[in-house]
Amino acid sequence: MTEAVLSIEHVGVQFGGLIAIADMNFHVGQGEIVSLIGPNGAGKTTAFNVMTGFLTPTKGAVKYCGQDLRGLKPHEIADLGLIRTFQRTSVFPNDTVFDNVLIGLHRQGKLGLLEAILRLPRARASEQALRERATELVRLVGLEARAHELAGSLSYGEQRLVGVALALAAQPKMLLMDEPVSGMNASETHTFVQLIRRIRDSGITILLVEHDMPMVMSVSDRIVVLNYGRIIAEGSPDEIRNNPAVIEAYLGQSAKDVVKEIAVHA
Amino acid sequence: MNRIFPLVCLAVFASVPLWLKDPYLLNALITTGIFIIGAMSMNLLLGFTGQLSLGHIAFFGIGAYVSALTSLGYDVPIYGDFHIVHTPWPPIAGFVLAVVISGFCGYMVGKLSFRVRGAYFVIVTISFAEVVRLVALNWVELTQGPLALTNIPSITIGLPGLGYLVLKTKLQNYYLVLAVAAVSYFLISRLVHSHYGRAMRGLMENETLAVSVGIDVTKALTLTAVISAAIAGAAGSLYAHYIRIIDPEVFAFISTVTMVIMVVSGGKGSLAGPVVGGVIFGLLPVLLRPIMAPEAQWITYGLVLIAILFVLPRGIVPALAPKLGFGRPQTKPKPVVMTERTAEEHA
Repeated sequence: MTEAVLSIEHVGVQFGGLIAIADMNFHVGQGEIVSLIGPNGAGKTTAFNVMTGFLTPTKGAVKYCGQDLRGLKPHEIADLGLIRTFQRTSVFPNDTVFDNVLIGLHRQGKLGLLEAILRLPRARASEQALRERATELVRLVGLEARAHELAGSLSYGEQRLVGVALALAAQPKMLLMDEPVSGMNASETHTFVQLIRRIRDSGITILLVEHDMPMVMSVSDRIVVLNYGRIIAEGSPDEIRNNPAVIEAYLGQSAKDVVKEIAVHA
Repeated sequence: MNRIFPLVCLAVFASVPLWLKDPYLLNALITTGIFIIGAMSMNLLLGFTGQLSLGHIAFFGIGAYVSALTSLGYDVPIYGDFHIVHTPWPPIAGFVLAVVISGFCGYMVGKLSFRVRGAYFVIVTISFAEVVRLVALNWVELTQGPLALTNIPSITIGLPGLGYLVLKTKLQNYYLVLAVAAVSYFLISRLVHSHYGRAMRGLMENETLAVSVGIDVTKALTLTAVISAAIAGAAGSLYAHYIRIIDPEVFAFISTVTMVIMVVSGGKGSLAGPVVGGVIFGLLPVLLRPIMAPEAQWITYGLVLIAILFVLPRGIVPALAPKLGFGRPQTKPKPVVMTERTAEEHA
């Protein structure tokens, strides 16, 4: 086990009387692809919002590279290199794909106001570098043919790719992806899985929340299963596939019996 | 084309006094120009961050009063025998102070109100303008209240080796306003095309996403408010030194509405929008006056506004610019043939 990039330490989240997350405790190691799965309402997106500062946990702590994230605003967490993508809202619809990525490069383009307004040499050089980087990122996600179209006019699957390019533009050390392949067809998903692997190979740790089981099974190093705000299983895809608690959570009690019966008769 | 066009417009505006000799119309052009600068500053907030400052005239009025008081001097009793006395400074110092202090007020309002945005920002700015107006009306020792500040000196420019140039005539003031307008336009244009501008656009389009890639909302909006207020302050200062008399009426709500009309009809979020809208709605009353009764003038004014917004809801410039070959290059929407293409590519 390599050192943990992100550790979720006994995190609980309560909205009034509703317990969204009871007690969650897991970590993600450097360079891993970890998936967080669970039935609808299990608390996955809540967990994401806690990790990225959009929600403050009721108890416990989220630590990123050893630093407690409590009290940090979302943009400050982004500044640390912990970047997320979103389930639905994923692009700046009225800008071109290229400009979307340029906006995403905000963290790298920080300049003094005067420098920017007077376009001093440093500002021009920085702008040039940003444009090159944006071109690179658009190519990485395979959208170069659509670079100058409005992001809002793209298909759903393509918009997810823009979302990934945007997230990569923010120079993540770790990327949190919320249901990245929902709304994609099989071939788009296949391409996306390859993209995720390429991102990991470039040294970025990845945590996924996803519903698409074949995708999760093929891409993850480790899987964490949530149900009713608790972790009910954790392990490699093979372990999870055969875990009775997971099968029960997904298919229900009677289904578990059916699976057992099948196993007995097989 | 995009770069040359503003210069061509500038040249056209600069040539106006050469063929327009009527002082009444020149006067109308100067006041319109001052309001266009105000409208440009409002457009920076409304068009590029989506925040409607319905008290924008406050920054304009603060600029006017600061500039006037700096160049007139004052003697204000504070408590008992303690007075604050200020001896007159040159008007140009008033102009600079107007920009700085209006900008500072923009910072305060922005810092306070950008925790809550949208409708709340609108309310905070309206209240701010009203409070400032009441102060101007009631702090008689400083502002003369309804008696108005009079005899405000004209702007004087020191020319090294040539002595001083007092900008007293309409012609001189026309070029002064034009110069300030051009500099403001240039500033705003550079700002919105820099990475600051991209941050603003990101915030307006999708705030959650913008925050997630590391854009600091409060900082970006406050910075915009400061620059916007500073430019409005500059316009206010020009107004004070040109009209040479100001009273609390400069804070009138209708002036803010006029700016909103200029911005929205011209096209918010486009650099040229406030200029086009400003020229139309600044000069319309002047052109209607000789041919209509006062009531009919305002009805026509309203009808023109409704007609523009009905036909071109996004404003004149965004609707017409693409047809004339200006504006951001946008590819025409093509039919989406996505799935097959990617499927083939990756098969």
